[in-house]
Amino acid sequence: MQKVFGRPKGLTEIPFHYCPGCTHGIIHRLIGEVLEELNIIEDTIGVAPVGCAGFSLDFFSCDFVGAAHGRAQAVATGIKRALPDRIVFTYQGDGDIAAIGTSHAIHVAARGEKITSIMVNNAIYGMTGGQMAPTTLTGQVTTTSPYGRDNGVAGFPLDLPKAIATFDGAVYVASVSVDSPKNILQAKKAIKKAFRVQQAGLGFALVSILSTCPTNWGMSPVDSLKWLQEKMIPVYQMGEIKVAEEVKGL
Amino acid sequence: MSKVLLKGNEAIAEAAMRAGCKLFFGYPITPSTEIIEYLAKHLPEAGGTVLQAECEVAAINMCFGAAAAGARVMTASSSPGISLKQEGISYLAANELPVVIVNINRTGPGLGGLGPTQSDYFQSTRGGGHGDYRLIVLAPSKAQELYDLTMEAFDLADKYRNPVLILADGFLGQMMEPVLLKEKKEGNLPPKDWQTDGCKGRAKRKIASYFLVNELAEEACQRWQAKYDQIKEAEQRWESFYADDAEYLLVGYGTCGRIAKSVVLNARKQGMKLGLIRPITLWPFPVKAFTSHFDGIKGIVTVELNAGQMIEDVKLAVNCRVPVHLYKRQGGMLPHEREILKFVGQVFNLPVRGEA
Repeated sequence: MQKVFGRPKGLTEIPFHYCPGCTHGIIHRLIGEVLEELNIIEDTIGVAPVGCAGFSLDFFSCDFVGAAHGRAQAVATGIKRALPDRIVFTYQGDGDIAAIGTSHAIHVAARGEKITSIMVNNAIYGMTGGQMAPTTLTGQVTTTSPYGRDNGVAGFPLDLPKAIATFDGAVYVASVSVDSPKNILQAKKAIKKAFRVQQAGLGFALVSILSTCPTNWGMSPVDSLKWLQEKMIPVYQMGEIKVAEEVKGL
Repeated sequence: MSKVLLKGNEAIAEAAMRAGCKLFFGYPITPSTEIIEYLAKHLPEAGGTVLQAECEVAAINMCFGAAAAGARVMTASSSPGISLKQEGISYLAANELPVVIVNINRTGPGLGGLGPTQSDYFQSTRGGGHGDYRLIVLAPSKAQELYDLTMEAFDLADKYRNPVLILADGFLGQMMEPVLLKEKKEGNLPPKDWQTDGCKGRAKRKIASYFLVNELAEEACQRWQAKYDQIKEAEQRWESFYADDAEYLLVGYGTCGRIAKSVVLNARKQGMKLGLIRPITLWPFPVKAFTSHFDGIKGIVTVELNAGQMIEDVKLAVNCRVPVHLYKRQGGMLPHEREILKFVGQVFNLPVRGEA
C-alpha cells in the first residue's frame, strides 16, 4: 500500500501540547513540510519565543534555541552572523514580536538581516491567559481589556507586517491565514518563499499568519475560525504585502 | 611579541581579537566606546564582524545567538548599558553560554558621570539579573592586565560554559600604558558538543532554559550550583603585596588596588606593617587570600570607589574576626594615598608622620 500522507520530516514525533482548535499545530506542520521539501532540516536553526510556542523547540527536528521574550530576532541575528551559510528562522507570537520585541523586528528589517521570521497573530496573549496584545481588535474583550479594547485608552491594533514592508532591507513580507484549506495552501506558499529568500541570501523575510485562540477567545474552534474570517481579516492587510524585485524571480 | 602604547579599552579590544573573538555586538556608551571603535576598525581585517546593535538588549541577545552557534563573542558597555543587558546575562548563565562581557563602570545610580567608580560591584558579583546565578568577574588594574585577563576570559568562559565579566572603570579604560601583545595560549578546552549549528550527521540539539516541572528546575539549579562551587574552588585569584608579615591589610581591586600599593610602600617607609590583598577575581571572591594571611592580622581597611560593597565579602572572608573598616570615595572621585594612610592611622590608632 502506498503511503500518501504522513508526518513531515521537519517535525519530531513529540505530540503538540497546544489547546484543541489552536492553529499553531497547522503552522508547525507547514513549516515542517517546507523544511523537508527544501531539504534544509540539517542546515536550519530555529529560535523559539516565550509564549505558547515556547516549547516549539521540541516539535521541530532541526536544532533550536529558546530566546528571552521578544528577543528571538536578536538571537537569530547572532546565530546568522556566526554561521552565514545556515538557515535561521524565528517563530514568534504577536505579543513577542509586535510588543516587547518590536525594536528588533524593525531593525532586522532595516538591516536586511538574512533570516526568516514567522509571526503568529492570534490577537491575544495566549500563554498568560488571554490578555490584550498590541494586535487585539478594537472592542475585543480580554482579561486586561474587560470592557473591550478602547482606542482612546489602549490605542489601535498594530499591523506589524505593513510597517515592516516599508524598510528597504525587508524583501518579502506576507500576511496569510490558516482558517481554510485554500488559505492554508497560500500560507504554505508564503512560508516556503520566505525560506527561499533566505536561501538566496536576498534579505529579511516576514510571514505573518492570522491564527486562532479558542481557549482565550472563549469560543469553539469552529466559531473561532469564523471570528478570524469576519473580524480579523478585514483589520489586517492580507496577501503578499511586499515582494522586492529580486524576490520576484524566485 | 611587540610592546605598544594602548588605551585600556584598546588593550581589551586587541586582546579579544588575538583570543579568536570573531564577533562583537555592542552599543556606544562612554567611557567604554573605544572598544567598539577599535574593533570596528580592526576586526573586519581579521575576518570578524562588528555589528552595532539597535540597543544594549539586542547586543546581549545577539551574543546569546552567536555563542549558541559556537562562536567566540564579546560585548562591552558601561553601567546603564550593563543594567539593560541583565535579562540577557541571566539567560546566558541559565543556558551556560560562553560570552565575554566588559563593563567600564561609570558612576550611578541613574545616568551618573564618567569618573572612575566601583559602584557596580554588587551587580557584578551577585549575578545582576534575575535568578540564582554567578558570573566569573575579573578585575584588572592596569592596561597589561586588561589585555591578559581579556584573553583569559575567553578561555574561562569556554572552560566553564559561563559568561565572564571584566569589570574596570573609565580611569583604566581611558589611560594609555605600554602593553605587551602576548599571543594566545593553546589550552585544552572542552569540545563544544552542545552548540546549535545545524544537525548534520548528529541528533538535533536544543538550547533552552524553560522549566515548568519544578523537579527538573531544581535539578538544573543544583547542576549550576555544582559548577559555581567548582569555580569557587579552582579560580580564586588575587595579588598579595607585602601581606606575608603584615599586621594591617588594605584590600582594594582595580584602580584602588593600584593606589593602595603606593600607600603600602609609604607605610613601610614609616615602619608600619601594612600589606595589600588585591582581588583579581571578584567572583569567586578570593577568600583563600585571607585564610593564608590571617594569623598576624590586626585590622583591615577596604578601599573602594562606592558606598562599601566589597567590604561585605571581606567581612565574610575573615568571619568578622578582626575589625574591617571602609575608606571610600564616590561619584568619580579618587582617593589620595596620603588620605588613605591617614585613615589607617586613625582607625587603628597608629602613628602616621605628616605628609607621608
